[in-house]
Order: sequence, then C-alpha cells, then structure tokens
Amino acid sequence: MVLVRFAWARPCVPWRSLNASFSVFTFRSLSTTQSIQSDSSVPAARDGRQFRLAVIGSGPAGFYTAYRAMSKIPDAKVDMYEALPVPFGLVRFGVAPDHPEVKNCQEKFEEVASSPNFTFIGNVSIGTKSDHPDGATVPLASILRHYNAVVFSYGAAKDRKLGIPGEDLKGVYSARQFVGWYNGLPEHANLAPDLTQGEEAVIIGQGNVALDVARMLLEDVDVLRKSDIAEHAIETLSKSKVKRVHIVGRRGPMQAAFTIKEIRELMRLPSVAFHPIDKSLIPPDLKSLPRAPRRLMDILLKGSPTPPSDASNQKSWSLDFLLSPTAFLSSSTDPDHLATTQFARTTLTPSPFDPNAYALPSPPSSSSTTTLPSAITFRSIGYRSTPLPEFAPLGIPFNDRWGVISNDGRGRVRHEERGADAAMAMGAFPGLYCAGWVKRGPTGVIASTMEDAFSTADAIAEDWATRATSGRVVPFLNDDRAPGEVRGWEGVRAEAFTSSSSSRGGAVEKARVVDWEGWKKIDAAERERGRRVGKEREKFTSTQDMLAVLG
Amino acid sequence: MSTPNLLAQTLPILRLTSRRTTGVIALHVRCYTQATAAPLPAGPSRALRTTARRSPLAVHIPKRPFSVSSAVFHGHIQPPKPGEELYVTFIDKEGAEHKFAVSKGDNLLDIAQANDLEMEGACGGSCACSTCHVIVMDQEYYDKMPEPDDDENDMLDLAFGLQETSRLGCQVVMTPELDGLRVKLPSMTRNLQSKDFN
Repeated sequence: MVLVRFAWARPCVPWRSLNASFSVFTFRSLSTTQSIQSDSSVPAARDGRQFRLAVIGSGPAGFYTAYRAMSKIPDAKVDMYEALPVPFGLVRFGVAPDHPEVKNCQEKFEEVASSPNFTFIGNVSIGTKSDHPDGATVPLASILRHYNAVVFSYGAAKDRKLGIPGEDLKGVYSARQFVGWYNGLPEHANLAPDLTQGEEAVIIGQGNVALDVARMLLEDVDVLRKSDIAEHAIETLSKSKVKRVHIVGRRGPMQAAFTIKEIRELMRLPSVAFHPIDKSLIPPDLKSLPRAPRRLMDILLKGSPTPPSDASNQKSWSLDFLLSPTAFLSSSTDPDHLATTQFARTTLTPSPFDPNAYALPSPPSSSSTTTLPSAITFRSIGYRSTPLPEFAPLGIPFNDRWGVISNDGRGRVRHEERGADAAMAMGAFPGLYCAGWVKRGPTGVIASTMEDAFSTADAIAEDWATRATSGRVVPFLNDDRAPGEVRGWEGVRAEAFTSSSSSRGGAVEKARVVDWEGWKKIDAAERERGRRVGKEREKFTSTQDMLAVLG
Repeated sequence: MSTPNLLAQTLPILRLTSRRTTGVIALHVRCYTQATAAPLPAGPSRALRTTARRSPLAVHIPKRPFSVSSAVFHGHIQPPKPGEELYVTFIDKEGAEHKFAVSKGDNLLDIAQANDLEMEGACGGSCACSTCHVIVMDQEYYDKMPEPDDDENDMLDLAFGLQETSRLGCQVVMTPELDGLRVKLPSMTRNLQSKDFN
C-alpha cells in the first residue's frame, strides 16, 4: 500500500503544470487504495447495486450534498440536474458581485464535478416546464424510475408578497428580482428597474438581501464595475438618482435578520452616511448581551465615520424600525407610479429587547401611521420555495405555510399523518431527500447550507448502509429492479428520446443538454469577455447567448 | 530515497496517535515528502493564499474521495526544518487527537486540510465564512494569539457552537509561542434526529 501511495505521489511537478491525464491517473489510484480505507463503513453497493443519486438543482445545497454523499458512499454515481445551462445557483445569481470571496466555494464544486462518478445535466428542468424557451423538461416520474434516491435541492425561486394595496404599481420591485437582475440571471435580465424617478428609495425587510440591495444603490459604481456584476446593471446604476435609502422593518434592531458583516460593510462605505439609530430600541446594558447581539448593537450605536449632512450630493441610509407597510400610494400626477409607501407603527411585546418579540399594531392615534416618500420601493421579505407540479399527484408532501418539503430535519422526506389508531405517525417516502432552502426555509449563509447539506448526505449514507450495520433494510427507489437496470441519466435520456412522439416527452431531444465540458466552455467565454473589459467575468444574461457558445 | 529511510526520518517528529494505521502514517510521509520536493513560496497575505488555493485540478487524498484538497498541490504548507518543528494538536469531532509537526507561518486551515481533517474552508481561507471554526483548548494559548480582527469576529458570530476561545483556523498562524497548541473542531449541529420521530 505504501508503495502504491508513493507511486502516485511521485511525479514531483508543481501543481500548476499538471495536466488532465494525471488527474485520471489519480482516480485510478483511488480505486486501488480504497480497500484500506478505515472510515469507509458504507458499502459501495447493496446487493451488488451501485448507488445512483439524482440531485435536483446545482446550487450550494446540491453540490455539498453530492460532495458528501460521494465521499461517504464509495462509487456512488451522482447526476445533477440544472434548469439553466450554467451551474451554482445562488452562488452565481444570489451572492453579491462585490463578495467574490464568498464564491470561492465554487472551487470545491468544480472538484466534485471533475469526478468520473459525477454528471452535470444542465439546461434540463425537472417537472416544471423550463422558464426559458431553449430548455428541456423531464418529468419527475422519469427521474423516480431511474435512480435509487433523489435529492430535492432546487431552492427558493419565488418571493413572498406583502399582499397590500398598490403592490403592482410601477416602481415597486421584488428584491429577489433585483438581485437576479444585477447578477445576470436570465429570468430577470430585462427587469430594467427605474432608478431615475427621485432620490428616495425604500427597502421593506431587514435581512441580508435588503442590505445587499442597499449596498448596490449606495456603493460607488466604479467599485462595482470591477466585479462580475452584469453590464446592464452598471449602466442603470450609473444613472441612478437614489441618494437616500430607508431599510424598514416591522420590529427592532434586536429582532432584525441582518448579520454584522453586511452592516459593517455599509457603515464602511466611503462618504456614505448612516442616520443614527433609535437608541430606545437597544438594551441600555450592552455587556449583559450574548456576544453576537452585543457586537451588532455596538456597531449600530457607533454608526458611520461619515456623519449625515445637508450636502446635496451626499448618499445616506437608515434603519427604520417598528413600521409595517400598509399600502403603496401613487401621486395624483401619475396614478400608475409609486410615490409614497404607507406604514403603520408597531409596538414590540414582551419588550423591544426580547429577540423573539412580536410586532403588534400600535393603538390607533394621530401618529399610528406614517409615510415615506418612495421613488422606488423594494420588497425584501424573503424568498419562497414552491412544490414541483408533480408533487401533488405523486403525494410528495410540501408544507405550503413554511414553503419547505416536509422532512425529518435531516432531509429525509417525511410527513406526519394520523394513523388508524388516531396516533400521529411519520409517513415515509423511500429514496426521497431534500437539502438547502427547500428543506429548511430561505435563511442562512453558505456555511449553514453546507452543514445542512452534509446532514442530508449523512442520512442518505446511513440509510444505504443500514443493512451492513443492523441487518435492517431501508427501502430505496427501484429496489425491485435488477442490479444494472437502474441506469440514471442514461435511462432518463433514453426514455425522453423514445417518447418524443408521445405527448409527455421529447423536449430533451430538441433542446441542448449542457454537460460539464459545455459549462467549462461557457465559463471560458465569460472570462474572456470579462478580460476584455477588465472584469473577472462578463456573464451571459440570456440562455440563447450561453448556448450559442456551444455552437 | 527508500521508504524505510523516510519513515525513520519522519516518525520521530510525527508522534502519531495510536489510532493511526500504517497507511495513514504513509500518508503523512507523502505529504511532507512531496512538499519538500515541490516547494512553493508560502503566501503570507490573505490575497495571495486565496489565489494559491485555486487548484485547477481535482486531486484527492486516497483516504476519502473528495475529502479535502491535498497539501501536495497547495504548496503552502512547508515541511518543518529539523529542530524548528512546532506542534499542534487537533481534536476531531469524534474526540480523537491528531498531532502534527508544522512550520512557523502555517495556518490551521492549511494544516488541517493538508492532513485530511474534516475542515472545509468554503471561502478558500479569505475570512468570509465560518467553516474553519476551531476552539482553542487552553485560554493561555488563546491569549498568546494576536486578537481576532473585526472581520474574523463578524464571521465567528455566525459560527456553530461559538465559545469564548473560538477562532477561524485560516486566521491562526503558527508561531513559536503557539508551539504545543491544542484546538478542537466543533461538532456539527443537527436540528432534529430521525429518532425524534420514531
């Protein structure tokens, strides 16, 4: 064994000059050394079956689940489906362009994708008809026929609405759409937000997405220009007249969802002022607070180095608390366009300092409502996952209220139901798992999604290995089929092709499936476009342009 | 250089725990040997390190496919010079101790990754996530380290299982004063276990 290891370690060339053939060699060596792996308690195959896993969605949840599952189940074959021709989900389309370091996790994803046991199937949507005309759609039922297990990690592609009057006025935008727009998401590439109607912008919601939107509006465009922000966003932002940003929440600073890093970034923006916070909402004795809220309150109290002034060209922002939006109002001169946002004041109970306080409407009085002038308003009150259309006919449980697939907390799809004896029991869904925002709701940073994805992958590996450890067999999809008959993407593709004459398939045949090599070509083309204008990358903002790279 | 010679040279400075198998010993030998063979300058600045981590290749330590990138190709873990070894002990999530001889200037994330410990470093060591969170076991050692800056503290605020002596591994650089350092990897948080439902 020692000799084998030295044999593959021997080519003493600097890593930068290694070529692809060496990586193949490395993988071959892997299989020869696996027999001595002491921590590979999970058998590669059950009854001679190779584990075949479909991952729906190529964001961080999908990739981290694939990564962990592949390291826990040797020889597991993972096929990852992505509706767009390009991978990485919110790492590409959600992470702010001025946070390039957060995107470093893509290096790990590329490492996963380079395994011969991993297949990327881009431009193929599952169940939901692709939202772009060039994309293929495969029924979920077809996926269930060809894998041992499926992980739903398709995230949260919709956003919550306020449901108040005037939400459809011109000038009211969804923060999710705005984020997609400046990050070059094809779906929102044509959003064309109008930032020229006035100086005042209102953002409803106080999470990190709200702070990202505020930073895009306040940051020097020349700083953003060097990032991988979409070119159309630079054009629009450079014409922006917005100078004053209100970030509004129903509750107070002790309850706000933003995190300190994003607050600090806003505080540090050169020559951008922060309007001092309402100190009555901050506990007087900061020392008694736990570390994280103590540090956050401290930075909010300290404010920005640049004080607010009356200078006409100064940009500034504030956190406006205890305001619940009630209506978007237009002006008499332009009834179709937003002019002000109306809010009801709230009161916190049991106290403003309780992190779990509720916001109740204040008792009616002359001052119980207020309005903020709003040339533009962004609704930033959370993303929302939706069930795939086939969940209902297949009986896959989705919790509409929380916008998550019902699961056991570790990602096994489960549904609580009342049995014949009137006791509550968990209904099981063999072979179905979920990870990421569709599992736990749209919150948390990439580190949270990683932990979450790992717990799902660990559950999958445990379930697959149960026979080896306990003699009990956890059922998976297609257990009744002979080994070798569960063929993954090969089976799905064959089915989609042969059924092209029928009504339910055929889309794969017409549309172009983008494999990992295809993505690398698109990636290279984007980097080349970026190089020409001094950016790391200039993204393609339409699926046609992405696919055109592939000829 | 024959294998027995290598082992003889390397073992005295490794002080491996009894849990480790011969195969794993060989792994360490390989790491250090390879690093000797292909030295690359250690990037002292954060920016440099981030760039250096961008490995265009997938290369994996055989122990677990896709575990962590190998030290062989990062090139920024230097083998310690004889007589200048610094020792650091990692206590993993299962409670097992792993002691390594390292060089001055190595950071804990790089050391953990080079030795196949379960530490991710999702942001590539640029202090933009909390996945390389470690807990320093002795207050005395914690006090010897330069204080965490605001950016590191901001990330620690989001870390699972934060403790008074928590640090980000990518920001802790080994110095002679830290010789003998012991750090613990925080155990993963789990929301609910399946047994809660059965």
